[in-house]
Amino acid sequence: MAKRGVMFTFPTEMIREPIIYNLGRRFDVVTNIRRADVSEDKGWVVLELEGKEEDIEQGIAWVVTKGVRVDPVIGDALEG
Amino acid sequence: MSYAKSLRCSKCGREYPLEPINLCDFCFSPLEVTYDYRSMSEVVSREAISSGPVTMWRYLNLLPINDKVVDLGTGFTPLIKAENLGKEIGLDNLYIKNDCLNPTYSFKDRVVSVAISKAMEFGFDTVACASTGNLSASVAAHAAKTGLKAYVFVPANLEQGKMVSTAIYNPTLIAVDGTYDDVSRLCTQMVGRFKWGFININLRPYYAEGSKTLGYEVAEQLGWRAPDCAVAPAASGLLFTRIWKGLNELAMLGLIGPVNTHMYLTQAAGCSPIVNAFNAGSLHVHPVKPNTIARSIAIGNPSDGQYALRIARESGGGACAAFDEEIIEAMKLLSQTEGIFAETAGGVVIAGLKRLVDSGAIKRDELTVAFITGSGLKTQEAVAEVVSPITIQPTLSSFIENCADSVEGY
Repeated sequence: MAKRGVMFTFPTEMIREPIIYNLGRRFDVVTNIRRADVSEDKGWVVLELEGKEEDIEQGIAWVVTKGVRVDPVIGDALEG
Repeated sequence: MSYAKSLRCSKCGREYPLEPINLCDFCFSPLEVTYDYRSMSEVVSREAISSGPVTMWRYLNLLPINDKVVDLGTGFTPLIKAENLGKEIGLDNLYIKNDCLNPTYSFKDRVVSVAISKAMEFGFDTVACASTGNLSASVAAHAAKTGLKAYVFVPANLEQGKMVSTAIYNPTLIAVDGTYDDVSRLCTQMVGRFKWGFININLRPYYAEGSKTLGYEVAEQLGWRAPDCAVAPAASGLLFTRIWKGLNELAMLGLIGPVNTHMYLTQAAGCSPIVNAFNAGSLHVHPVKPNTIARSIAIGNPSDGQYALRIARESGGGACAAFDEEIIEAMKLLSQTEGIFAETAGGVVIAGLKRLVDSGAIKRDELTVAFITGSGLKTQEAVAEVVSPITIQPTLSSFIENCADSVEGY
């Protein structure tokens, strides 16, 4: 089992969608929220994903197609 | 032994032992090195520091190293009074901290020197990083000096100058065929898989501390005082936070008076998530997609963004973005007034400084330090248009014919 820390940033139009719930159900990924700030028009959630590496990959790809930005929780690993 | 005590979560304050880890297990926020300042204060003094080596390692007692230091001769770079540039933009007390003059031509040698020394202590035989050029060159050079194996990941479309200045040290250079985001994501995934010292990931808390030396040096070079204003570039935001930490540690140790420095951070308008948050009055830094010529600081999702943001606010400073055209103009201005050829990040700082003076945020008489963090030599493409020589035949008559107008007294 692999674990991955990620940050989801939701645009306004996605706030009402149960993205995290669906991610867990559709891809067999356990989601564990650590920090979040969601208001009526925008939001971000820092969470840990746990599951098979390929399930996590596919799950993240699906979240991205829904219009949610996904970033590694450590920030950009690529530096100047 | 160093005076480092623990790693502490910058968000929730939870403490961890001094190990190669970078995130709090609970809230996933970055960890920071804490020190036993009481014991440290018994050994550090202005005299002890001033009689140390003429490198960043004169501050060894303030850094988290227990063992041998890996040093290429980094730091204690010149702090020059920039009278010409000051006159141009309207400042009477402007200084430039010229960190182009490090062994691999950027401030990254400071952070890498600490991170590689720590990697040796932890017993890693391989170090790795993902970089757009400055970090990769520094890691490769320090690894070469120690005999550590180095894996360096760069975007495949990296500028030739940055490729060469990394490859010459013979690391395993891996060009990743993908976007910057792809390279970043790949390296994040590798951390759990390989028992390597990732310079800016699992060694990040130690790496960060190297940047404090910029704050120490500036204070010492100003005759043991903090500047009124500091203007620095922000990519991940880490450098900015550590200049501040460095100044405040000196004050805490009684080596300088209270720190009243206004901290100003600058970013390129094409990648300014921290400036956006500052202007919006937000506490959270929303990631952006970078699109700027200032590639060495084009970090869309800055890991220490919110901490840099807080310092800009709490110090009574600010944040300012500059457009690409302004960046190029500022690079030329710095070169043509002070003889310093900085990379685009330096252009961002000078362009930002100019805006801050124009808007009245920085006053004419305030002692201001601008941090120039990397040399322009590796990315000459950015300003290639300056090359327009007068071409002549190798004869005196040809010279006179083509250039007489510009020769005084002819």
